[in-house]
Amino acid sequence: MPQQQRIYEVMFIVRPDLPEEETERVISTVESSATTAGVSVKNAERMGKRRLAYKVRKFHDGLYVLLTVEGPGSAIAELERRLRVTEPVIKYITVRVDEEQKRLAKVKKIRDSKVRQQPKSAEAAAGTEPAPVTA
Amino acid sequence: MADEETKEAGATGATATATPVVHDAPRGPRPGGPGRRPGPGGRPGGRGEGGPRKFFRRKKVCKFCVEKIDSINYKDVRLLQGFVAERGKIVPRRLTGVCTPHQRRLAAAIKQARNIALLPFAARY
Repeated sequence: MPQQQRIYEVMFIVRPDLPEEETERVISTVESSATTAGVSVKNAERMGKRRLAYKVRKFHDGLYVLLTVEGPGSAIAELERRLRVTEPVIKYITVRVDEEQKRLAKVKKIRDSKVRQQPKSAEAAAGTEPAPVTA
Repeated sequence: MADEETKEAGATGATATATPVVHDAPRGPRPGGPGRRPGPGGRPGGRGEGGPRKFFRRKKVCKFCVEKIDSINYKDVRLLQGFVAERGKIVPRRLTGVCTPHQRRLAAAIKQARNIALLPFAARY
């Protein structure tokens, strides 16, 4: 059975005391290690410097980076291992998002169909408010 | 008879109003999110006179159902902050009025946000 391609969000925090080009290099290293691990980076977003809610490795601030990646679970495990050994990355989290996206799409579909049905029922009921709109 | 009953009712009403105030003291300055129904807001109803029947409690409604917020995401710190107490605890459903399915998602999102240092596990001091 081939491994399923799944969508994940990998958020990691880079230590804040590095110079600009150094952080760029760290981020590009993580991205390239992701591709070599076997996941495709769909989107990379720098969320900027933020204050941490608690101290992490004696840092109070951190540079948040969010990657949206697609790949099998084993490749994600490899990517996480590489993040762990990357010294400037002080914290990371991986969240699987494809199920949630599917659920959201479903909810949206149901809601859209309801919206489409509503005008009809309003006309049938001849409500006081929608009447001027239809007239 | 009737007098006694009303007196008793008044007494119970007084205690009922008095005890929440005591309870409220520690969690009083909870960070209120935008548009959330505060817990204590629904409480003082039967103040002064009034039997137990007149005790009025505002019906709390789930913010996520009312405002049709579908996704409760760990990145949305602003949203999550409204459901976290001052010390960083997750506020229970009975205080916020969030419905069960949404509280489940909310709790999961808060825990994820804690893991990536967007929310504190426990606030300082």
